[in-house]
Amino acid sequence: MVITEAVKGLHQLLKAMGVTLRYFFVKPITVQYPEERVRLYPRFRGRHELQRREDGLELCVGCGLCAAYCPAGCIYVEAGENTEEERYSEGERYAKVYEINLSRCIFCGYCEEACPTGAIKLRHEFALADYQRDDLVYTKERLLTPATPHVIVLEEGVIARNEVTKQSPPLFTIKGRRLLRFARNDK
Amino acid sequence: MDFIASIVIPFIKSVIIVVGLLVGFAYTTWFERKVCARFQIRYGPNRAGPFGLLQPVADAVKAIFKEEIIPSTADKVLYVIAPGLSIATALLAFAVVPVGRSIHLLGREIPLYIADVNVGVLYLMAVAGLATYGVVLGGWSSNNKYSLMGALRTAAQMISYELPMGLALISVLLLVGNLSLVRIVEYQSALPLIVLQPVAFIIYLICCFAEAGRTPFDLPETENELVAGYATEYGGIKFPLFFMAEYIHMITASAIVTTLFLGGWQGPFADLHPLIPPFWFFAKTVFMIFVFVWVRSSLPRVRYDKLMKFCWKFLAPLALVNLAVTAVVVAMLA
Repeated sequence: MVITEAVKGLHQLLKAMGVTLRYFFVKPITVQYPEERVRLYPRFRGRHELQRREDGLELCVGCGLCAAYCPAGCIYVEAGENTEEERYSEGERYAKVYEINLSRCIFCGYCEEACPTGAIKLRHEFALADYQRDDLVYTKERLLTPATPHVIVLEEGVIARNEVTKQSPPLFTIKGRRLLRFARNDK
Repeated sequence: MDFIASIVIPFIKSVIIVVGLLVGFAYTTWFERKVCARFQIRYGPNRAGPFGLLQPVADAVKAIFKEEIIPSTADKVLYVIAPGLSIATALLAFAVVPVGRSIHLLGREIPLYIADVNVGVLYLMAVAGLATYGVVLGGWSSNNKYSLMGALRTAAQMISYELPMGLALISVLLLVGNLSLVRIVEYQSALPLIVLQPVAFIIYLICCFAEAGRTPFDLPETENELVAGYATEYGGIKFPLFFMAEYIHMITASAIVTTLFLGGWQGPFADLHPLIPPFWFFAKTVFMIFVFVWVRSSLPRVRYDKLMKFCWKFLAPLALVNLAVTAVVVAMLA
């Protein structure tokens, strides 16, 4: 009958509107970025950094494996020979020229996997916008300088919680079933 | 006739209402963005000014500086007039809506409506009919097949939903016995008409969604995103003008629903101070706008053929049945 179907339809519509109304009273989960810091996992793939040893020597030996492995082909490595007076790294070779084109990089982390010495690592800096295209080709100097990203790096094994809502509580439960859940990590 | 009372005072009231509605439109867009955002567990705009209150200003400035492109094959006159026509009809409806009782100012008793037309409800239906012209002219003058088809579909939707709207209003009129909106508000001093005519309220509300082109009946509007629609060839400031028309339609529809069904300016403490009735009117209208936004955030879009089927095969007969039942009950109780 038309009337029963209409009433059932109206009931469904009102249930839909009830769901949205419930969410109206939940505090927003937005992280207000510049004022609040984003929580990142420790293995987040941000901007690359070339690592040094404790004694100041660079770990990079200029082998070019990262450049060979890079799927986007955005790394350029030129090796140079270490002399006793000018020594940059342990062993015979060092990277005389090391450039990464960040406008082509896809931040996959393959270079980090390929590196035999653990020299190139992807860290947590993601605010990389710049005003000139040419400035996006990072040279060795810039890559050697560690960045200070405006983030909170979680410890290994910790599940992220939004800084704003310290937890994701159920809004209410009926018959033991939680009726409000988020897609992000809640227990 | 008294020159001041018949010309100057209504003129001043009109200016106040038009300016109020235009500012109200701007902040309705703010309200919609913030409220839609809260339904989606996010903040709305909060960067332009505190709580994003200057966001409408930013949008207006942006739209004014955009490049105006008028297609060379477009009918210039109609092309320019169409958005203006949409807005004008949306604004016109406010002429008969009573915002409050009356206030004493400068030794005169000034009633808080622009005109107490004794065929107020009929005037509203007429203005709603004129609103379709803006859409059709916009689509036609763009000289574009897709715009025209979008305009025709929109116009068909608007015209079809005027029928159940009128029938729902007749059921209300059977109870009140007077077409003037001022008398209808006064009739609701005991009980708001939503209690006595719930079915008519629902039918009228659904028709308002369709007339304003709001979700779930906004296929004409999203066709702009998907393929084309009556506003495709409009750029620069004219495109926002069409959406200004839609929002002002929404505000006007909310105001009329409060006047006809929620008791207009009636409310507790209405007698204490002359500014309390307008406050109630404003509060109820804002609540209805919230309902518009709430429905928009919750419900999916209706496909065009289902939309038309729903109107002709369900709403119109339902409105007729409601009318018949109301007529019988009124006759029995008289």
